[in-house]
Amino acid sequence: MKLGFSLAEEAFRDECAAWLQDRMANAFADIRGIANLTEKIERRKEWEQELAAHRWSCIGWPEQWGGRGASLAEQVIFAEEYARAGAPGRVNHIGVELAGPTILAFGTEEQKAKFLPGIAAGTSIWCQGYSEPNAGSDLANVRTKARLEGDQWVVNGQKVWTSLAHYSDWIFVVARSEEGSKGPKGLTFLMMKLDQPGIDVVPIRQINGEAEFNETFFADARCPADSLIGTPGDGWRVAMGLLAFERGVSTLGQQMGFRNELDEIIRVARENGAARDPLIRQRIAKAEIGLRLMRYGALRMLSRTDLSAIDGAALTYKIQWATWRRDLGELAMDVLGQAGEIAEGDAYEWGMLPNLFLYSRCDTIYGGTNQIQRNQIAERGLGLPREPRGDV
Amino acid sequence: MDFVFTDEQVMIADTVSAFLVESATSERTRAAMAADGLDRSLWASFCEDLGLAGIGVPEESGGVGLGMVEQAIVAEAAGATVAPLPLLGHAMLVRAIVAGGSHEQKDTWLSRLVSGRIVGAVARAEHWQDKGSSLSLVADFVPHGASADLIMVCGEARAWLVDAAQPQVTRIGHVTMDQTRPLATVTLTEARVEELPDGPAAIAAAEVTGLLSLSAEALGVAQEALDRTVAYSKERIQFGRPIGSFQAYKHRLADMMVLIEQARSAVYWAACALDENDADAWLALHAAKSFCADTAFMCAANMIQLHGGIGFTWEHDAHLFFKRARSIQTLMGSGNHHREKVAAMVLGEAA
Ligand SMILES: Cc1cc2nc3c(=O)[nH]c(=O)nc-3n(C[C@H](O)[C@H](O)[C@H](O)COP(=O)(O)OP(=O)(O)OC[C@H]3O[C@@H](n4cnc5c(N)ncnc54)[C@H](O)[C@@H]3O)c2cc1C
Repeated sequence: MKLGFSLAEEAFRDECAAWLQDRMANAFADIRGIANLTEKIERRKEWEQELAAHRWSCIGWPEQWGGRGASLAEQVIFAEEYARAGAPGRVNHIGVELAGPTILAFGTEEQKAKFLPGIAAGTSIWCQGYSEPNAGSDLANVRTKARLEGDQWVVNGQKVWTSLAHYSDWIFVVARSEEGSKGPKGLTFLMMKLDQPGIDVVPIRQINGEAEFNETFFADARCPADSLIGTPGDGWRVAMGLLAFERGVSTLGQQMGFRNELDEIIRVARENGAARDPLIRQRIAKAEIGLRLMRYGALRMLSRTDLSAIDGAALTYKIQWATWRRDLGELAMDVLGQAGEIAEGDAYEWGMLPNLFLYSRCDTIYGGTNQIQRNQIAERGLGLPREPRGDV
Repeated sequence: MDFVFTDEQVMIADTVSAFLVESATSERTRAAMAADGLDRSLWASFCEDLGLAGIGVPEESGGVGLGMVEQAIVAEAAGATVAPLPLLGHAMLVRAIVAGGSHEQKDTWLSRLVSGRIVGAVARAEHWQDKGSSLSLVADFVPHGASADLIMVCGEARAWLVDAAQPQVTRIGHVTMDQTRPLATVTLTEARVEELPDGPAAIAAAEVTGLLSLSAEALGVAQEALDRTVAYSKERIQFGRPIGSFQAYKHRLADMMVLIEQARSAVYWAACALDENDADAWLALHAAKSFCADTAFMCAANMIQLHGGIGFTWEHDAHLFFKRARSIQTLMGSGNHHREKVAAMVLGEAA
């Protein structure tokens, strides 16, 4: 067991730190530190392309597809230096972290050649079409239909809560392709171009006033017959495989964002005197401890070699960070006091900490709610009986 | 960077845990609880057969070397069996002598401690009277203090070794809530002592070893409380189904697992940070002690609740875990104390 990095790895750190810091100080200083998904999106697409041009956009991928085949340690280092330099949130994180790895794992050579370069280069932005009005926690209840007509799939139905669909070029859709099938059987995983007459994207306003997610309607939307990953009816396996990538190295980058939020709370607490309150001190200490433990939990889960055994660290990771961040939002408001409830300008727009308070309420919902996480931990991690299914 | 056990570490973990599960049975533990809370024949075979009492002691002094990760592995297994062993004081004492003792002290004491011929303990005193070679003081709350042969007393930056057999040392073992690690009051009245030449180094070594051991022990307690409760929840039937199929019940078990996974990260982060002299080692220790102790308590308390009436009986082992968890929470500083240390590191000292 060892936590430190080798000399070669530290040299790699110097290399990527120098590159990132130079860009953030000069050519891309205008987008330094932007965390949300949609601000200055055109400039941030340029930033994706800059990363790609220097092979920094998806370093864990094989070299053939624009990556560097980077080791775990190198990916950890890059995630840390990326955030330290203040580089902005990745607008194409769904492409880089979900679609790309899924195509790498399950796609054909043609599909890799068709899709991976655009993802690596930041020229095709992706979104995730899983949830529907009647398929949320119960994702297998998908009703959007896909049928093969000649050399095309024809899709009808509706997705909802589709993050970033209004900025995306591509969407991956889980649709029911076998008439009369139920549950996880008979689903197909399709990759579709969003810009077509059969797809309509309608933004939905969220509690923080912004609109990052959407309703996505499909009315005879089309894609070529070879747009599926895996085989027809096999979509559930691919969809679940994709969810496992949500627990990849990207979690370390996400943690660096959390670091910035906690640092801001610490800064405010020292400035406004909240840091003198012993109860606030205890909560800040708990937040600091929780964040550190998240890092070492992620390193445990990523260092693991025996992938066949149940991995407790991976299974508990989502509820751990989601709950931590929700609590952090509440701490932020307690540190700010009433000042946190007044917007800076005339619009219903919030600075980092009040927005953290509002936004973090979704962390315990999306990607599997805390309740669903507990069910899965109990069933898969502890071997307890499964929840009974009703037939309403 | 590779944050998983090496093959050797896996082997140590398997060996020590197999040994303790087989030997530190509930029956033997209860026999020790009725006496002075120390199973001497278990300690003898732990030292002689396993040889793991020599962790942290160089081979030339009769030890087996190894580091803090191995120390944590052993403490975790001991916690999982609430074994009535003097491990905490032992580990603190041997590391203190290694770090701050003279050559002569190392030669005299280490091999005797490591072989189990004598039992060690560590005490802390606020006030003392020092007359050169004799010392007078009262030290409270000394774990296994009534059973120890050699006691290290720490006072601010000084540390002394005291042979407990002399008539100038009296020890009162108290009826202690956690009977697997009873506390004693140790009184020295002009007792003969030998001072350790490097007191600060000895005290620091004892302190980091103690905090890490308690954290790892707490992890073992928490994991075992969860495992035993999970097993029970699959057997016990109510309303025509296993109680482990009720969602309210499942979710409490899941919450235990979420905390335990973090506690595991905390213990082995702290252990590695110490082994690698990382600048964050103290932060890691404060984090581990506060987080793991609270996790052990939450899990052991749930163990009682989720067993129903049987969990409240003396006969069932749940209370052993519950009481050990409670005592870990207060030993060497409460959770609030350690969190305030963390707060001071990130916010600056309290006003
Ligand atoms: C900000 C945001 C972004 C999102 N982005 C995307 C996206 O890009 N793509 C996408 O496909 N989806 C996205 N989602 C959807 C998200 O995955 C779902 O909202 C989530 O899975 C919950 O489904 P639901 O909203 O239908 O709630 P429901 O499933 O109706 O749940 C309602 C409540 O019931 C509880 N509940 C449900 N089942 C159980 C059970 N078995 N046991 C106990 N409690 C239960 C839930 O925990 C919850 O509290 C996003 C959601 C949010 C909030």
